Amino acid sequence: MKLFRIRGGVHPHDHKHLAAEQAIEDLPMPALLHVPLQQHIGAPAKPAVRRGQRVAKGDLLGLSQGAISAPVHAPTSGRVMGVGSYPAHHASGLSIRTVTLMPDGEDRWSEKVRSISDPFALAPEEIATRVAEAGIVGMGGATFPSAVKLNLRTRYRVHTLVVNGAECEPYLTCDDRLMREQADAVVDGVRIMAHALGAERIIIAIEENKPQAQAAMSLAAAVDRRIRLARLPTRYPMGSEKHLVQALTGRETPARGLTADIGVVVHNGATAFAVHEALRYGRPLISRVVTVSGAAVARPRNLRVPLGARVQDLLDYCGGFNEEPAGLISGGPMMGQPLPSTRVPIVKGSNGVLALTRREIDRQAPMPCIRCASCVEACPCGLVPLEMAARTRSGDLEGAVGLGLMDCIGCGSCAYVCPAHLPLVQFFNYAKGEMAARGRARQKLMETKRLAEQRSARMEAIKQAKREAMARRKREAAAKATDQPTASVSES
Amino acid sequence: MQIETPATSAGPFAHAPTSIQRTMVLVMLALLPATVFGFWQFGWPAIFLFLTTLGTAVAAEWVCLRIAGKPQRRYLLDGSAVVAGWLLALSLPPWAPWWIGAIGALIAIVVAKQVFGGLGQNIFNPAMVARVALLISFPLEMTSYVRPLPIFSPEAPGFWQGISISLGQGGFDAVTGATLLSHVRTELSQGGTLSDILPGMAHLFSGAIGTIAGSMGETSALLILLGGGFLLLKRVISWHIPVALVGSLALIATLMNLYDADRYAGAPYHLVSGATLLVAFFIATDPVTSPVSKSGQILFGAGCGILVYVIRTWAGYPEGVGFAILLMNACTPTIDHYLRPRVYGRDRRGTPIEYADNAEMRK
Ligand code: SF4
Ligand code: SF4
Repeated sequence: MKLFRIRGGVHPHDHKHLAAEQAIEDLPMPALLHVPLQQHIGAPAKPAVRRGQRVAKGDLLGLSQGAISAPVHAPTSGRVMGVGSYPAHHASGLSIRTVTLMPDGEDRWSEKVRSISDPFALAPEEIATRVAEAGIVGMGGATFPSAVKLNLRTRYRVHTLVVNGAECEPYLTCDDRLMREQADAVVDGVRIMAHALGAERIIIAIEENKPQAQAAMSLAAAVDRRIRLARLPTRYPMGSEKHLVQALTGRETPARGLTADIGVVVHNGATAFAVHEALRYGRPLISRVVTVSGAAVARPRNLRVPLGARVQDLLDYCGGFNEEPAGLISGGPMMGQPLPSTRVPIVKGSNGVLALTRREIDRQAPMPCIRCASCVEACPCGLVPLEMAARTRSGDLEGAVGLGLMDCIGCGSCAYVCPAHLPLVQFFNYAKGEMAARGRARQKLMETKRLAEQRSARMEAIKQAKREAMARRKREAAAKATDQPTASVSES
Repeated sequence: MQIETPATSAGPFAHAPTSIQRTMVLVMLALLPATVFGFWQFGWPAIFLFLTTLGTAVAAEWVCLRIAGKPQRRYLLDGSAVVAGWLLALSLPPWAPWWIGAIGALIAIVVAKQVFGGLGQNIFNPAMVARVALLISFPLEMTSYVRPLPIFSPEAPGFWQGISISLGQGGFDAVTGATLLSHVRTELSQGGTLSDILPGMAHLFSGAIGTIAGSMGETSALLILLGGGFLLLKRVISWHIPVALVGSLALIATLMNLYDADRYAGAPYHLVSGATLLVAFFIATDPVTSPVSKSGQILFGAGCGILVYVIRTWAGYPEGVGFAILLMNACTPTIDHYLRPRVYGRDRRGTPIEYADNAEMRK
């Protein structure tokens, strides 16, 4: 199909050969699972189990709380060892509420997990509800609750469902393998989602560096005439939702808007697979495919991992390290997060665990910016990174915002090409975080001010009432004394 | 408030094989053919001038880095001082005495670069600042050109004679030669017409291969073009500035030539003579002092081209590239301010794009 040009972007070495030919293997069940109650964007789930309780595979561990949230389920059968705090799958290394589960080795499914005969007979709302109940979130790393996105149908005229199989991050091959090995299931999930969205067009977009996935998916897609396969040029960040939609439709998503504004909803291929599992077999999201790669890993693999397995369990299965890694990354090297330790658990959004050598990361001491404009050329958002960085460094965050800081998607293309090796993304992250904190502080200030004003208004009203009562009493007393009405005087 | 780079860091955890050092080394490689040709053409005095200029540039950079308390090794190895000195040396009359090169290098490194804050901070191209300052202060030395005397030819000065020429002691009868630009200018001002001054096309040919009087790196248009092509290929520079510069210069020259062919030379003359190509590919494209957006670069290049023509034709100096570059350098911050790329999802004015068929259902 006809594709459109997107601005900027870079061509990093993809390093996909490390793991691309490794078929998906099941990670042997670890001795303990640490299932965090927050694995998604939104409110954390509320614990639904107690210490000591026995659970079956697929039972609820945490209940969804609020409009944007997602439940979590038991990845296997076993006993709840406790609901406590455990280091999160996050660069900060902070602990969050986590259910610790000791698998009993039976891997026994819950009675409540039942297959559904025909998902296409269900109403769209019903599908969204089941997707929500299965705890499915965006599995490309964004972890936004998928049901919320399926319900966009109620607010937007959605005509196109795009399946994001770009997998433009180097090293990662989990979506590639899933599309190769489970093409029928992925396509089935896609069709169910299209049904839920009422979309009349479906585009499955896969980058040219995955010819086998393209072939498998186009074969599987033959069941539905609405589906078209888009062969994307290999370029980072092709998988960025808004840029992908632009490449496919030629339209830019309005700033600060959603792709739904132009009638398109994007879901990841792995999410489609999870939807298939949930709407055919009633299985909640309890495992995912993770790429373990990087030159420091002895045997790079693609693993199907129960949520809550520790990163260490994956690394052990892959033969540990060849050499001491210089960085342990969750996700791809471009937008991934450094992991504080190998203790942290795998969560719904973990698509990769990379152990990278010093040579691969190639971090050098920063030099001054030479205004070479490489970053301007690379930025897919049309920003001028060097100026935003200069403003951020001099403390002029408003200036950086004025230059479009909030339109920056944090893709890292600019920092990737910068010959001065400036940590541009780090500056932008700092500035965004700081602006958010200022926004919160401002809001808090306004809230306090509002409360204070309300209070003084209340006090004023009470005083006023008291004064009036006093005046009334005086008037009454005067009226009694003289029988002459004085009200007209006091009122003037 | 300043933020430093904290230890735990954000991505990306991969990097393109780029560095400032690599960029500078590529520029040096690109300059090499024209430089070696210049050595061959102008012999020992040119080699001494080149070495003095580079040596002074590096020494000055080192002293400035020491004073500024910056890591000297890392910053010296980035190669920017060498490139600045190199470009300056290429734009000097090849037999100029050594102190011209030394003073020029001091001006370039200390005044034009380090005083502004060092690498990346200067507004004006250091080599051009030095060239213009020298031209104003030492007009005699800066306009004494010699005809090329290939280094091993019998008339060329030997090693020792070369040294004495560099030291500014006479004793060697050089065949002085006016550069094409100043020759034409002088003759024109005396009422000559171009058809008398430039008979035939021979000058174009010698300008292209570089067998005429001129600065060391300016004379051979072909070798400069070769280096420029190499930089384009390696993506060290983009085509926007050179093409806009050469294009606008050629356009205005052609128009003026059509208007009066006896007073205004055509495009080929302007392109091969003087420093046009050296400036188009190596000086106007200096990243530090040129705009960062593509549209800005085109405007900048076109501005340079027009100014070069205007200064060459109507102002007091036969060669206008130095002034043209400095004037446009001064415009760079303004150009950068007004000509930015369009931000994704917004129109040129920065408001979010609106579609007539927005899919949101308004209630
Ligand atoms: S890529 Fe780096 S050195 Fe080049 S302009 Fe951007 S920030 Fe400056
Ligand atoms: S990180 Fe931001 S500024 Fe840098 S290239 Fe990506 S979008 Fe542009």
